[in-house]
Amino acid sequence: MNKKAKAPLIHITKRKELPWYSAWGIRFVGILLAFVLCAIVTMMLTGLNPIQVYGTMLYGAFGTQRKCWIMGQEVAILLCVALALTPAFRMRFWNLGGEGQILVGGLASAACMILIGDKIPNAALIAIMLVCSVAAGAVWAMIPALCKAKWNTNETLFTLMMNYVGMQLVAYFTIVWEVPKGSGKIGIINQNTSAGWLPQVGPSKYFLNILIVAVLTVAVYIYMNYSKQGYEISVVGESENTARYVGIKVGKVIVRTLIVSGALCGLAGFLLVGGTNHTITTTIANGRGFTAVMVAWLAKFNPIAMIFSSLLLVFFGQGASEISTAFGLNQSFGDILTGIVLFFIIGSEFFITYRMNFRKGE
Amino acid sequence: MFDIVGFIPRAVAQSIPLLYGSTGETITEKCGNLNLGIPGVMYVGAISGVIGAFLYERSTETMHAVPAILIPLGACLLGSLLMGLLYCFLTVTLRANQNVTGLALTTFGVGFGNFFGGSLIKLTGSEVPSIALSGTSGFFSKSLPIADKMGWAGTVFFSYGFLAYFAIVVALISSYVLTHTRTGLQLRAVGENPATADAAGINITRYKYVTTCIGCMIAGLGGLFYVMDYASGVWSNDAFGDRGWLAIALVIFTIWRPHISIFASILFGGLYILYLYIPAGMNLSVKELYKMLPYIVTIVVLVISSMRNKRENQPPASLGLNYFREDR
Repeated sequence: MNKKAKAPLIHITKRKELPWYSAWGIRFVGILLAFVLCAIVTMMLTGLNPIQVYGTMLYGAFGTQRKCWIMGQEVAILLCVALALTPAFRMRFWNLGGEGQILVGGLASAACMILIGDKIPNAALIAIMLVCSVAAGAVWAMIPALCKAKWNTNETLFTLMMNYVGMQLVAYFTIVWEVPKGSGKIGIINQNTSAGWLPQVGPSKYFLNILIVAVLTVAVYIYMNYSKQGYEISVVGESENTARYVGIKVGKVIVRTLIVSGALCGLAGFLLVGGTNHTITTTIANGRGFTAVMVAWLAKFNPIAMIFSSLLLVFFGQGASEISTAFGLNQSFGDILTGIVLFFIIGSEFFITYRMNFRKGE
Repeated sequence: MFDIVGFIPRAVAQSIPLLYGSTGETITEKCGNLNLGIPGVMYVGAISGVIGAFLYERSTETMHAVPAILIPLGACLLGSLLMGLLYCFLTVTLRANQNVTGLALTTFGVGFGNFFGGSLIKLTGSEVPSIALSGTSGFFSKSLPIADKMGWAGTVFFSYGFLAYFAIVVALISSYVLTHTRTGLQLRAVGENPATADAAGINITRYKYVTTCIGCMIAGLGGLFYVMDYASGVWSNDAFGDRGWLAIALVIFTIWRPHISIFASILFGGLYILYLYIPAGMNLSVKELYKMLPYIVTIVVLVISSMRNKRENQPPASLGLNYFREDR
């Protein structure tokens, strides 16, 4: 019988703040390991060697000029949603309702295009679409925020439910406005007149979207780091009691921040409907509301770092889609690879926050 | 005329996956883990069962009841267990953010399900047009022989496969364990205040691991029931839909009580298919609005329970937070 109490084999302690280069070094190792595992999984399913795997993926993402633009557009929209969620997350408000906020934003745009599409000049129409989308997204996020501020309702679950209410709302209007009747979809709106389509600026029809999101990235960065409101958000996120003590009205900050968050999600919906797809379906958000949560979190809510994290996730999506097309596999292959990458990055955070102290020999 | 005898069995068939999912998620949340990966886990449970059954059906000419049930069941439990272990390893051992981990798990799980559902035939080099496991499904959906003889009572109460009854049993057991046993008390202590529970000598890590893994296995069975019983063994991608999220909604709706979930899930199942019974004339669009009902009802319950602020109706206090002993 060994009565002597043993120290545990591994003793975990919290680290002091790591210098940024070690933190990013650890994340980089995590991503590298994920790349290796992804290559192995792909090899097992397709028989390609690892160089071919990433060759195919790179081709799928950047192979042609058209693919590059699609890639840029995908990154821009995902980044836009991640930027939208950032203020809420900094406040420790888990806005998982991005999906629904994008959908209602897109729905508002589509509604304007269908109802007043040919009656007013295009510039005015686009302005009205923008305002309506932003307002719709803001309202969708404001409802849970009001309840959170007033009764401390659990926001994670509330915003999650709002997604499906939004989705069914879109499904409803899809049938109301379906063209042709009985097809169950709206199809391209204003195909002949292009009313409400965002104008082509620069070399590609996606360029305007990318430009808008680039400006937005800088704006959110400034808002979060150099404005009074951004500071208030951080204080509320760190400690509500401290915020109350220094005289910040916590409820007001919660509602205001969520209006910003929802409005930017609505903007993403506007860009999707007005700029990219010119139609609305229940799947137009395509899980971005959830993927963006991970994009924002991977970047530690830093808008500039989010460019890279969204690039990484979109790269895996597009690349895996190329592999699955080439080998006749299912398109969901990308989700598996994305999942693997996420697990590794999520796991690597542990080694940034904590230190493992192994038991010394006897 | 509203066909109530026809309506109830369909509502119940809809409700069973939700009941499994919500029972699994309830006990998981009771230990303080908000597992948003449940939709993914249910997909993985379903596809694991399908893979098991598919391989068995291909390997043998004459199917026997025992392996035809045990192989998919075992595969399903194993698949969901692995998902549960992955979630626990990341959130409990590595203390990763639960929301992010859960969403990643859902992305992975739904992708895993759809990928193997869509590619299984190609990967195994079979010559069948689609995955239709009617043989296995026959064993799973076999109802009691007395169902036919008892008229409407037989249809309403006895016309389901064994997994449906098992779901109710699991919910009752979970409810009993949570409220009437020492294990349940300690489990709730872990979810409410892990630091206190730790000081009382409860092994937090073990409780969280075991509970979350069992929760995932229960939820996985919901996916298995859906494919094998409800969908008659036919896998089609994305057919399972948003039922996983509805199961999470159900957890809130029942204010974390599995035995209420038995009736609540039938209510949700009814709401889910109510649109089929609405005499809306030719107007199909209204049906889409009816599909909103379960979510709206959940939101209303969530808001009202937070307004009334009764202590016994609140989410577990440390829900979504990871425990690190050396934290302040």
